[in-house]
Amino acid sequence: MEAISIIEGPVSVLDRSDVDTDQIIPKQFLKRVERTGYGEFLFYDWMRDGEIELEPNPILVSGRNFGSGSSREHAVWALHQFGFKAVVAPSFSDIFYSNSTKNGFLPVVADEATCQAIGEAGNARIDLESQTISWDGGEVSFEIDAEIKRRLLGGLDDIALTLQSEDAIAAFEAGDGGSYGPVTTSL
Amino acid sequence: MPKTMFEKIWEAHEVKENLLYIDLHLVHEVTSPQAFEGLRMAGRELRRPDKTVATADHNVPTDGTPAAAMIKDALSRKQVETLEANAAEFGVPVYSLGSETQGIVHVIGPELGLTQPGMTIVCGDSHTSTHGAFGALAFGIGTSEVEHVMATQTLVQNKPKTMRINYKGTLGEGVTSKDLILATIGRLGTSGMTGYVVEYAGEAIEALTMEQRMTVCNMTIEGGGKAGMIAPDEITFEYMRGKAGVPDDFEAAVERWRQLPTEDGATFDTEVEIDASAISPMVTWGTTPGMVTQVSATVPDPAKMDSPADKEAAERALQYMGLEAATPMEEIRPERVFIGSCTNSRISDLREAAGAIKGRKVADSVRAMVVPGSALVKAQAEEEGLDQIFRDAGFEWRGAGCSMCLGMNPDTLIEGERCASTSNRNFEGRQGKGGRTHLVSPTMATAAAIEGHFVDIRNWS
Ligand code: SF4
Repeated sequence: MEAISIIEGPVSVLDRSDVDTDQIIPKQFLKRVERTGYGEFLFYDWMRDGEIELEPNPILVSGRNFGSGSSREHAVWALHQFGFKAVVAPSFSDIFYSNSTKNGFLPVVADEATCQAIGEAGNARIDLESQTISWDGGEVSFEIDAEIKRRLLGGLDDIALTLQSEDAIAAFEAGDGGSYGPVTTSL
Repeated sequence: MPKTMFEKIWEAHEVKENLLYIDLHLVHEVTSPQAFEGLRMAGRELRRPDKTVATADHNVPTDGTPAAAMIKDALSRKQVETLEANAAEFGVPVYSLGSETQGIVHVIGPELGLTQPGMTIVCGDSHTSTHGAFGALAFGIGTSEVEHVMATQTLVQNKPKTMRINYKGTLGEGVTSKDLILATIGRLGTSGMTGYVVEYAGEAIEALTMEQRMTVCNMTIEGGGKAGMIAPDEITFEYMRGKAGVPDDFEAAVERWRQLPTEDGATFDTEVEIDASAISPMVTWGTTPGMVTQVSATVPDPAKMDSPADKEAAERALQYMGLEAATPMEEIRPERVFIGSCTNSRISDLREAAGAIKGRKVADSVRAMVVPGSALVKAQAEEEGLDQIFRDAGFEWRGAGCSMCLGMNPDTLIEGERCASTSNRNFEGRQGKGGRTHLVSPTMATAAAIEGHFVDIRNWS
C-alpha cells in the first residue's frame, strides 16, 4: 500500500447525500477479476448521462453517509484509480471507510459547514500527520483512529503486520476458541 | 458486570487487542478473485480452508442453465470459473452452479447449519449481517479484508458501539418482519445505526421464526449498522436441529448457546424503543431504504420536509422514481414483481407468497418472477408444489441466485420499469439502469402482482 501524508490541490464536489456504492461503480463492472481498470467506470451512469461532471482532482467532497450499500471494494478502487486521493464527507458507511484505509485512500470526516467551505474554496490541503484540513479561509482538525493513521502514514501491509502475531493466533487456535464453529471441509 | 451478547462473543474471539478470530468465512465469486490473487502473489496459503466455504450466486443465470461453462456472459462465466479454480487450488469447499447446495451465500449458510450461535462470521458482502439472527456476530467486509481473513483467519477490528432496539407489543395481522425492519430504518434513517452492532429484542422479535429474524438482521446494513443480532432461543435450536453442519453433540452445544443472551442489567451505548403493534405494511417510495412509508399513506411531499438535504434528496428521488407527491401508495402500478434475494427467498417466504395467491392470476400488466434463494429451497418448494401454484398464477419460476436483486445476471429491469421487489436495496439503477424499485414484503409483492398496483394486504381478501 502506498504511504500517504499530505494531500493537497483542487477539490471536486459531489453535492449529494447517501452516495451509494452501486452508483460509484455499477454492478456491470464488478465482473473483472483484477484490482485495476475501474477508474474509467466511476459513477458510470451519472457521468454518461451528463448528470454530474467530476474532475479527477486529489480531493472529493460529498454529503453524509458516503459509500453506503454494498461492501464492494471496487468502489474505492474506482475512486482512487480515477484520480482522487481523499474524500471528505460528514459521515461514511463503515465498510466503505474501512475499505478506503486498506487502499491508501483517505476518508476524512468533517461537518457539513466544513465540507461546504472546502467546496467553495475549491482548493484544500489535508495533513494526515497533524490531522488537519486547511483551505483559503479556514482550518479544522479531524479525527482518525491512531492505528489506522499509523498504517496509512507508513503504507503498512495489514496482513504482514498481523502475521507478526502468528504465535498469538496459533495459541488461540490451540485453545478452546479454535474449535468453535463447523468444519466446512467435512460436509 | 453483566454482559451483552455482543461483548461475550467479542471477548471469546479476541486473539489480542483489536484482533478478532473468525470462525467462518463465506466466499462468493464477485469479491474474492482479487483476494485469492493477492495470496498467490505473496506466496501465502489460505490458513483454514476448513473454516471457509464458497458458493457462486451473484452472477449465475436463473433460467435453468446447468453449469458454469453455460453462462452466456463471458465475464460472468470467467468469474464463476475463477472461483472454482481458486477454491480447488486453495482447498476450499465450493458449491458452484449445478451443486445441490448452491445458492445465495446468506441463504445456504443457515440452511446447511454452518451458521451457529456465538460464532464470528464474515463474508465479502454487506448482507452478512443476516447470520446475526442466530446470535452470531456477522458482518460484511471488503476484498482486502477477505484476503486478510484468508491469510490469517483474523481481522483487525476496533470494538464497535452497541445499540439495542426493543420492540414493544406484537406485529399486527398481515404485517411481516420485512415491514418491521423497513419501518425501523424509516425511523432511524440510513445512517442511524452506523458504527453500531444492533441487538433486536422484545416480544415482537421473540415471536418471529428464524427466517423472519434473518430478514430483520439482513437489512441492518441498510440502516448503516455493522451487524444485527438476535438472542438464540428454542426457535433457533429447533431450526438448527438436524442440519448438516451442526455440532455432533448438539445438546451440549445448545447448553453452551443458552449462555449467550444479554444478561439483565447489561448496558448498551444506545437504546431505542419501537412500538411493534403500530407498524403497518410498508412500501419504499424513493431511492434509499429509508425513504419508506405505510402502504395506506401517500407519497411524501418534499416541500414539507424540514432539512434542506432531505428535501433535495427527496425531490431527486421522486423525479427518478417518476412519482408525484401526495399520490396514494396504493395507486402506484409496478410492471414487474421480483420475489427473491437474501432478504426474502427462503422457503417460508415462498410459502407465504404462494399462500396469498389463492387461485388468482398475475395481472396482464405485470411480469412477475420468483427466484428461490438456494437450490435446496427450490427443491423443497417443488416438493410442496409451490412452483406449480406460482406457475399457474403466471409467475416465472427460476433457478437459485441473487438474480434481479442486483441484476449482475441477465435478470434486470429496463429503463423506467417499475418493480415491486422483496429485496433490500432500492438504489438508483440497482435492478437495472433507470429501473424503479419499491421494496415490500413477499405477500405485498404477490398482491401487487395480482392487482397490478400496491394494495394494503390487511384489507385484501
Ligand atoms: S441477494 Fe442481493 S443483497 Fe443478497 S447477496 Fe445477493 S446481491 Fe447481495
